[in-house]
Amino acid sequence: MSRAALLVLADGRFPAGGHAHSGGAEAAVKAGRITGAASLEEFCRGRLHTAGLVSASLAAAGALGVDPVALDAAADARTPSPALRVAARRLGRQLMRAARATWPSAELDAVAREFPKGAHQPVVLGLAVRAAGLGTDDAAYCSAYECVSAPATATVRLLSLDPFDATGVLARLAPSLDLVARQAVDAARSVLDHGVDALPAASAPLLEISAEAHAAWPVRLFAS
Amino acid sequence: MHLDHSHSHDGPSAVSADAHRPDGARRALRIGLGGPVGSGKTATVAALCKALRDELSLAVVTNDIYTREDAEFLLREAVLPPERITAVETGACPHTAIRDDISANLEAVEDLEDEVGPLDLILVESGGDNLTATFSKGLVDAQVFVIDVAGGDDIPRKGGPGVTTADLLVVNKTDLAPYVGSDLGRMAADAKAQRAELPVVFQSLRTEAGVTDVAEWVRERLAAWTV
Repeated sequence: MSRAALLVLADGRFPAGGHAHSGGAEAAVKAGRITGAASLEEFCRGRLHTAGLVSASLAAAGALGVDPVALDAAADARTPSPALRVAARRLGRQLMRAARATWPSAELDAVAREFPKGAHQPVVLGLAVRAAGLGTDDAAYCSAYECVSAPATATVRLLSLDPFDATGVLARLAPSLDLVARQAVDAARSVLDHGVDALPAASAPLLEISAEAHAAWPVRLFAS
Repeated sequence: MHLDHSHSHDGPSAVSADAHRPDGARRALRIGLGGPVGSGKTATVAALCKALRDELSLAVVTNDIYTREDAEFLLREAVLPPERITAVETGACPHTAIRDDISANLEAVEDLEDEVGPLDLILVESGGDNLTATFSKGLVDAQVFVIDVAGGDDIPRKGGPGVTTADLLVVNKTDLAPYVGSDLGRMAADAKAQRAELPVVFQSLRTEAGVTDVAEWVRERLAAWTV
C-alpha cells in the first residue's frame, strides 16, 4: 500500500466528473441560503453531518468488502430525491471509469458489469479505495471531504467568493471531518455483524427538496 | 471484425479512447468542434448534420455552459432526431469537460452508440471557450477549431493551442469581413505561419457553398478512420 495513492484519489483534479456538480450549493445560493463564507461553512457542516455521514459510511463499508449490490440498495433507500439518485449513479459511473483506468482490478470490472449505468458514487469510491490498496478510513475521509469540497469549489464560481475564504472554510471543517470519518468507519464495521441496516440514515430534507427543484431549472451552471 | 485481446482494460466497457467497442466492432469516429463564444460552432454543427445525415449515421454531443442551450438550438433546427443529440453539463467549464475530465463526454458518446448505433460519426461540440481550449485525445480523434472574422483578424496571428494545433481551422463568417474591417488575406497568411501544413477553411454559412469544404474534410477523416 502506498499512502501517496490517497493523494491521487482525493485530488480535486481526479477525472471523475465532480467538477460539474455543486453538491446542492447552486440551489442554496439561488435561494439566498449561501451568501458568503460564513453561510457556506454552515451549509457544508449540515451536509457533512447528514448526507456526508451516510456517503462516508457507504464508502467505508465498500472498502471493507461489503457486498456492493447490498450497499447500492442501501444507498438508494437513503436517497429520497430521484434527481440525487440519478446524480449519484452518474458520478459513480464516471468514478468507475477513472478508477478502472487508474487501478485496474477484477473487482471493479465485475461491479462495472453489474451496474453498466453506474452504482452510487460512494459505493464505487469504496471499491476504488480497495483497488488503490488504501484502507477503510481513507474511504471515509475521501467521501467526507468530497461532500464539503464540492460546494466550496462551486461557491467560488457561483458567488465569485474569494478562493482563500473558501479554502479557509474547508480548513475550519477539518475537526468535523475527523469526527464524521470516525463515525463512518465505526458504522461500516458494524455492518459486518448487523448488515447494511446498521448504516446511518441521516438526511437533510432541504438538500433533497432543493435538488428536485434544481433539476427542473431550465438554466443552471451545475448538473446537481 | 477482430477482438484486440492484448489491450489492458479488458472488461465490460471501454475506459477511454480505445478504437473498438466492447464487442470488438470499430466505434464511431469522434470529431470535436471548439472555439470562442459566438464564432459559429453550433451553426457549423447544424450545417454538417444537414450535409451528412443522408449518407452517414451520426449523432451530436453538446457541452453547454448553461445547461442545454446548444442542444436545444439543434433540436429546434431539427437537424437530427432528438435521440441523436445529447447535452453534457459542464459545471460552467466546457474546457474541463472536453480536456481535463472527459468522463461525462465518454459516457455520452458510448450511450449514443448503444442506444442509436451503429454510428459512423459523432460530433462533440464544446461550449464557447477561450483560445487555449482543446479536446483531449482520449475523447476525440480529430478536432476543428472555429473562429470568425468578426472576432478580430489578429486571432490567427495570436495563435494559442486551438489555432495552432487543431486538425482543421475554420475561419467563419467571411461574408462579414468588409463590414468589420477584417483582412482575409492577412488572416490566411498568419494562419499559414502558425499552422504550417495543417489545413484552414474560410467559410460563410450564408453563401451557397456553406459548409461544403468542412463536410469534405470530415468525409476524408472518416475514410481514413474506417480503412
